[in-house]
Amino acid sequence: MSEKTKDNVSNQKGGNGVKPTSPNADLKFDFGSFWQYSDAPESSDHIEILDKYDHFIDGEFVKPVKGRYMTSINPSTGKAFTQFAEGTSEDVDNAVKAARKAYTKVWKNLSGKERGKYIYRIARMIQERSRELAITESMDGGKPIRESRDVDVPLAAAYFFYYAGWSDKIEYAFPGRKHESLGVCGQIIPWNFPLLMLAWKIAPALATGNTVVLKPAESTPVTALKFAEICRDAGLPKGVVNIITGAGQTGAALVDHPDVNKIAFTGSTEVGKMIQKSIAGTDKKFTLELGGKGANIIFEDAPLDQAVEGIINAIFFNQGHVCCAGSRLLVQEGIADDLILKLKNRMETLIVGDPLDKNTDIGAINSKSQYDKINNYLQIGLDEGATIYQSSCNLPEEGYYCRPTFFTDVSQSSQIVQEEIFGPVLTIQTFRTPDEAIEKANNTQFGLAGGVWTDKGSKIFNVGSKLRSGVVWANTYNKFDPTSPFGGYKESGIGREGGLHGLKGYLKFKY
Amino acid sequence: MSERLEVLKTYKTYVNGKFPRSESERVCMISDKKGRHIANACRCTRKDIRDAVVSARSAFSGWSDRSAYNRGQILYRIAEMLEGRKDQFIQELENSGIEHKKAKSEVECSIDRLLYFGGWTDKISQVFGTVNPVASSHFNFSVPEPSGVVGILGPEDFPLLSIVSLIAPVIASGNCTVLIPSEKNPLPSISFGEVLHASDLPGGVVNILSGYHNEMMDHLTSHMDVNSIVNTSTDKNIMKHIDENASISVKRVTHYSITDWMDDRYENPYMILECMEIKTTWHPIGV
Amino acid sequence: MSTTILPDFHQTIPIDMVGVEERVSRLNKRSIKKESKLQALKLALSMIDHTTLEGKDSPGKMIQLCSKAKRPYAAMPGLPSVAAVCVYPTMVSTAKKALKGSRVKVASVATAFPSGMAPLQVKLDDTKYAVAEGADEVDMVISRGEFLSGNYNFVFDEIASIKDACGSSHLKVILETGELETLENVRKASEIAMVAGADFIKTSTGKISPAATQPVTLVMLEAIRDYYLKTGRMVGMKPAGGIRKAKEALQYLVLVKETLGAEWLTPNWFRFGASSLTNDLLMQIIKQETGIYQSINYFSND
Repeated sequence: MSEKTKDNVSNQKGGNGVKPTSPNADLKFDFGSFWQYSDAPESSDHIEILDKYDHFIDGEFVKPVKGRYMTSINPSTGKAFTQFAEGTSEDVDNAVKAARKAYTKVWKNLSGKERGKYIYRIARMIQERSRELAITESMDGGKPIRESRDVDVPLAAAYFFYYAGWSDKIEYAFPGRKHESLGVCGQIIPWNFPLLMLAWKIAPALATGNTVVLKPAESTPVTALKFAEICRDAGLPKGVVNIITGAGQTGAALVDHPDVNKIAFTGSTEVGKMIQKSIAGTDKKFTLELGGKGANIIFEDAPLDQAVEGIINAIFFNQGHVCCAGSRLLVQEGIADDLILKLKNRMETLIVGDPLDKNTDIGAINSKSQYDKINNYLQIGLDEGATIYQSSCNLPEEGYYCRPTFFTDVSQSSQIVQEEIFGPVLTIQTFRTPDEAIEKANNTQFGLAGGVWTDKGSKIFNVGSKLRSGVVWANTYNKFDPTSPFGGYKESGIGREGGLHGLKGYLKFKY
Repeated sequence: MSERLEVLKTYKTYVNGKFPRSESERVCMISDKKGRHIANACRCTRKDIRDAVVSARSAFSGWSDRSAYNRGQILYRIAEMLEGRKDQFIQELENSGIEHKKAKSEVECSIDRLLYFGGWTDKISQVFGTVNPVASSHFNFSVPEPSGVVGILGPEDFPLLSIVSLIAPVIASGNCTVLIPSEKNPLPSISFGEVLHASDLPGGVVNILSGYHNEMMDHLTSHMDVNSIVNTSTDKNIMKHIDENASISVKRVTHYSITDWMDDRYENPYMILECMEIKTTWHPIGV
Repeated sequence: MSTTILPDFHQTIPIDMVGVEERVSRLNKRSIKKESKLQALKLALSMIDHTTLEGKDSPGKMIQLCSKAKRPYAAMPGLPSVAAVCVYPTMVSTAKKALKGSRVKVASVATAFPSGMAPLQVKLDDTKYAVAEGADEVDMVISRGEFLSGNYNFVFDEIASIKDACGSSHLKVILETGELETLENVRKASEIAMVAGADFIKTSTGKISPAATQPVTLVMLEAIRDYYLKTGRMVGMKPAGGIRKAKEALQYLVLVKETLGAEWLTPNWFRFGASSLTNDLLMQIIKQETGIYQSINYFSND
């Protein structure tokens, strides 16, 4: 890296000198110098984190067959957080056997009503242990406590409540067909919303009468294991839910296991394609929820201050680790300058810091490898001739952090516009007409989500109907609800999670 | 050693989240199957009906504005509270002459039925709402919405299960209700008011008035601020009378003819839909 | 006054209410603790326009009010005095005398407060009287009926005339946002007031409900921000009515800090129109200093 780029790519630590070159003096508002917020740490003393976590198979915590453990790092410190079992194909086999036994002997034979009651209990216990789960999530994965407390955990409980209610009502969802559960479902989830992604997978699977073997991401296994405790405390029959921890190979073993009836995967498009390929020729059903490069389209008749907040929500929250992030801003040319000035001012009040501080807006980047990937993309952007802008916030001394960033002077063909960065990095392009905006928005192999900002209702319905994405957010962004189906077009995935449509992936139908 | 004397319960009404006596201060004597006196229930009047409807109406906008999720949570909580008081209700049903095993089943079925309807709150519009592909360039969608204030006339048998099965689907969608329970056996309903009260249910969503049907029914079914009536009497004259009263303000009326309330055919979303209206909205699609 | 062309007040800036409420809700999650809490509590105290606007006000009441305004809590020296007292015009001279030698200003309501339903001449006389009596600041009300009928130029002209009549006294323009109802109306009224020369824009008279709310305040702060960016002129903001608790006051300060920044976080540019807030701030300040929860018995009512 040249000296010039080192100055620009300023994810350097603390206050040791290297200031961003952003012209913050132009912003005219001084958000920083007076009345700084003191630390507001969420106390984590009362949280129990074990030194070592085992697999949860057939209702109990069991040691990994080969006896090996991996380390999970707390990304806000870069230091070890806990150890967890490394799942081998033997562990996966044990888990699948337990899931199969539970399916044939117990779960399949229970009435929907009784299944629903177990799921209600789980939902309730997630609510009861919500503070503990939120703190654990932040420590393990780096997301701010305010988000895990107010969004991740309550939504996870809500998904269980919603699907619990479907357990005895499925005949109303698919008129004209008799439905049946699939059997054993293998589920692989990512590290960006660990507990919430677990809820998206397990809740519909159980409600529809299946049993599961779930593998959480290797950088964020702990809330899944606490969830296992909840299953046990709720009296869930043994083997209905099994949690196997490990890395990529563990996931592959699960995908390839011959006695798994369905695979559900959320993660990168790259891995999703590998999974789809390895399932080819088998009877296994699958759903995939993959990457995205969402376009956030802002028309000149949009409510601008709320649109700015929408941009912030779309790309900076959860550190940009969001598959449906609005990572491409498309702004109508006439308002671009005003909007960007408002955006810069708003970015100045974003606090990047310790995930356990209640005032933190942007927490730690989930892992060193993701941190390196993001920095690599920042460099690529510069090499492509784009102009970088970052807010002037301080970064903590240790851990992995990235300032909120945007690039201007990019084009549709720029690598940073085409590829998913998965960090708090936005690209900004302008457009002149609705057709141009739609065309740019759709010009990608992805199709997960997009945003439309305008005060005009008819424009919302028109543009929304032409966007080739599974989710359209109009005058809002990154809104989730258990009743609302979510999923992608094109290479962003196959299938929907949430809502009535989310039941489909876990059932088969007969006449 | 002398036995401890019990503190006898006074059965009042449940209106607007409180437990007032009837404004008339009159009572009906409630006896068990052997004719022994159990309690004095309130003998409610048209003025009590009047006050109950006012209370239901003022609770309506708040209750229907709650998210479906929230209403579902509250119904779940009602189930939790009823489960916690299972023994109390089994006892109460036994007091009225229902045999223990049947009483136990009735209470358990009531709890499960609350869960059933609680699970529908956030799904009813997914199953019965529609997006309509009209031929013109318009986005057109239909959404079921709660009617408003629903009057419920409860039956004589299954004194707990019947009213739970009637109340739960009505309030699940956001309606508020005024219920006149069994004349001979209103006590489980009144006690159910205590369960509702302990469940974060806002006052006024459910109002329970005991007494003689022939003294209250007319006032409820002709009341101009009641939107719908749910009736369980199968007496043809009564049904006709209700229909005639309803015609005064074009009320929607549902007549149920149910003998075995335990049958799970009475766990279905149509009981919710009966007290809902369909609103259809059009909006142009264009730039 | 500058010779800029007046904006067309019939143009409406779109505002999404749900988005505003979500922004407010997120800002309310700021956790203000330790030194930053104590600093904010004292700052809020220094920003209060300690208010009495009752039909039964009298000179005796003024003297008590002003005494509290100058020294809110004798047991703890070093606390700031409030920014101003806010009273009816006929009480101004009593208040001025009672506050002599202190830094507490006298703000007077005027222009047929609170309804504003009087002819322009009456409002001008009301204003001139208050100024002549010694008011440092004048809090006027806009004609809401005219605004809601779409007579925006009328509203503009009225404010400009009152501003003239104020002379060197500062003008706060009360929008009575509770009657304007929509956030788009609030934004529009804010713009009209600022272009007409307001020194401060204020939410409410405090005589109707709803009085000040956070979404309304945020919209007004954003209007001030955009006006400042366009013209370079700072305008102050005052939420009034309904802010009783220190916790709420701190939430309002967060709105100011994260919209306008440090320059506005002073009594020169931000005020709270309140009365019982003073004591709640005092109780919280003492609690922060001592660690002990307080009782209202230990603080004078006036």
